Amino acid sequence: MADFLMPSLGADMEAGRLVEWRVKPGDRVERGDIIAVIETDKAAIDVEVWETGTVEALLVEEGTRVPVGTPLARIGSGAATGPVAAPPEPQAETPSAPGPPPLEAVPASERPSLPTSAPAPPPTGRLRVTPLARVRAEELGIDLARVRGTGVEGAITQADVERAASSAPAEPPVGEEPARTLTRPEPAAPPSPAGAPEARSTALRRAIAAAMSRSNRDIPHYYLSMAVDLSSTLSWIERTNQQRPVAERLLPAALFVRAVALATREVPEMNGHYLDGEFRQAEAAHVGFAVAVPGGGLIAPAILEADRKSLGDVMADLRGLVSRARAGTLRSSELSDPTITISSLGERGGVDAVFGIINPPQVALVGFGNIVDRPWAEGGLVGARRQVTLSLSGDHRVSDGHRGSLFLAAIDRLLRNPEQL
Amino acid sequence: MTAGGTRQLQYRVAMREAMREALLADERVFLMGEDVGAYGGCFAVSLGLFEEFGPERIRDTPLSELAFVGAGIGAALGGMRPIVEIMTVNFSLLALDQILNNAATLSHMSGGQFAIPLVIRIPTGGGRQLAAQHSHSLEGWYAHIPGLRVLAPATVEDARGMLAPALADPNPVLIFEHVLLYNVEEEVPLEPATVDIASAAIRRGGRDVSLITYGGSLPLVLEAAAELATAGIDAEVIDLRVLRPLDERTVLESVTRTHRAVVVDEGWRSGSLSAEISARIMERAFFDLDAPVQRICSVEVPVPYAQQLEEAARPRASEVVRVARALVEGRPVDG
Amino acid sequence: MSDAIRPAVERVLHELRPEADLETLPAGADLREELDLDSMDFLNFVIGVHEATGVDIPEADYARVSTLETCLEYLEQHAGA
Repeated sequence: MADFLMPSLGADMEAGRLVEWRVKPGDRVERGDIIAVIETDKAAIDVEVWETGTVEALLVEEGTRVPVGTPLARIGSGAATGPVAAPPEPQAETPSAPGPPPLEAVPASERPSLPTSAPAPPPTGRLRVTPLARVRAEELGIDLARVRGTGVEGAITQADVERAASSAPAEPPVGEEPARTLTRPEPAAPPSPAGAPEARSTALRRAIAAAMSRSNRDIPHYYLSMAVDLSSTLSWIERTNQQRPVAERLLPAALFVRAVALATREVPEMNGHYLDGEFRQAEAAHVGFAVAVPGGGLIAPAILEADRKSLGDVMADLRGLVSRARAGTLRSSELSDPTITISSLGERGGVDAVFGIINPPQVALVGFGNIVDRPWAEGGLVGARRQVTLSLSGDHRVSDGHRGSLFLAAIDRLLRNPEQL
Repeated sequence: MTAGGTRQLQYRVAMREAMREALLADERVFLMGEDVGAYGGCFAVSLGLFEEFGPERIRDTPLSELAFVGAGIGAALGGMRPIVEIMTVNFSLLALDQILNNAATLSHMSGGQFAIPLVIRIPTGGGRQLAAQHSHSLEGWYAHIPGLRVLAPATVEDARGMLAPALADPNPVLIFEHVLLYNVEEEVPLEPATVDIASAAIRRGGRDVSLITYGGSLPLVLEAAAELATAGIDAEVIDLRVLRPLDERTVLESVTRTHRAVVVDEGWRSGSLSAEISARIMERAFFDLDAPVQRICSVEVPVPYAQQLEEAARPRASEVVRVARALVEGRPVDG
Repeated sequence: MSDAIRPAVERVLHELRPEADLETLPAGADLREELDLDSMDFLNFVIGVHEATGVDIPEADYARVSTLETCLEYLEQHAGA
């Protein structure tokens, strides 16, 4: 028997709202089945289960927001179980029910399924908030669970609350959870999976701003760029696509993903997470691909093990991811933290290069500008070529310009040899 | 008519002037204590009064605090306005029975028929290498006792002005004079100001943190506030002035503005006046607090004789600065 | 023929851009420009059209289906061919 826990769908996720159960007690589930829809600040996500067995009990009601790590359902081993118990009271976010700490950087698939195996939970899940800050938070309608404390012993102070209020203007109560102890009643009906579009867009923008501010503060970035002649590569794609069924046609983006994934094998310090003061190199390249979502904002779902998949499979993954990201139906496993991210501006437009901000805890971001016609000198001759400007935002704590140059050179070489991708 | 202009006045001289004024104004006033007459007082506060007013009104007493404080109470009951000086607060313990069981209670037990218009002046505090039997700060104990008014003049103006209203009070009043203040000189108006013996004073306005103190610690707290200002921290300094009954309102209003409080008290921490202040802030201003109340007190040892040890045992400006900064900047206070 | 093709194409476009109002699309407007379709969207459009009408638009012909009108014309020419 195992508990199905509120997953961490990104390093910055602290809590999520259970929007919808796709199963009921007594249902048989297989590993990989989508059993719930969970709403984060970024999107509504279809969440997969990692156990095979029988749903014995749903522990959290639809519409409830709970911290990462909170048991959501009990999954039985699949052997004959007794009568299914009525769902117990939902475990709403309360100070007296500490969950294990958010397992931030561990991809969903690698997380232990039992909370008891979490290392050394904090002695209490209670927030430290000064009395004055609590009063101010209530006045301003600020959710204390989202405020970072800078006071004595990390307590949330009045200034922290006011800072949070000014960075979140006119926070709509709709779709937002109330403060933990200054509880306002939850709306009776759960919000629609997509949430109110404006609230979603605001929340997403705020989540991006918070992550990027942290990145700019903590990561000493360095930037490199190089122009890549894509002419022959694009011709190769055209030729290949003539032989492919329409649904399997390739886009340059798929080649970008493969080239970056394979290049991380040559310069592995670009691929992984920097956590607790040390770099942890990833076993495989889970390449995040930044997708603009309707209503504004970016989301970077992962193409898992992009270094081990064929170009066609990567293309299929990419197509699915982009579509689902835009439709707001991403799966939980696709949102586990990538190990490196690509930001590609696409084929239309005239922007040469994109210098991105690294998405923590990752240590590198590869940018691709628009594919443009530019004069190109080769062999003493100048001619018009289709080119793309490749850029690298690197983390000086892990690598430097020399290694970054080797990485870009590897991507360039791989891109110009598409048949090897 | 108020004269314009100011003069330099020493705390010790201010207290002497206040006594001289009282002796001149009311012939029921007299001073008694150990060595207050011919010697001029252990801290020279009454120097010259013996010559001016004679042995009837400036009376040297035997070394028996119990006896001469009791005599003072009797004189007050009999219609006099005695000023009794006890050489140090440590010695006042010998008279504690008279102070607590008689002075503080008789008005109450007689249904208000007896007034005790007695003033007891007591030097207090350390810092002069007088060792553990002459250096303690026990005014907090007296502030525990209903029926007494307890004053702690921390400025020359208060030293000059508090005696007259204390003598006018029908209840016994204790005036604690910190031994380090006697040599302090300040600019005061030529015409002595009238002061009250009921309220605390804001000695420096500020927004970020309330530093609450009294008596001999006021100078070091003001010094700390000045240093905090150079670090961009705007500290408010509250001088309690009256240790009993406490002017709770001034303290609470200040904390309500600044949301942080540090209490500086030369007494020992356990069961101290600082504990009382801290508790009242917690009781009455809890929802205005943005940080836990902090206290800076003397180390809980008998005050050492060795200079550097005595220095280390007493509250210091640097410690006030450190704690106040930690509070405002959100760093651990212990360190 | 166009009676069946037009709703099919509009349905594909609607799936890609649920918020877009095709009624107000200016005549002759470039679909990619007007609906802000990137290459992935356009590929999905071509795939959707293929599923709905059976017409396979090769990359080389993408320029000929850039507006709603030219696209319908192209599909009419190639449908059932």
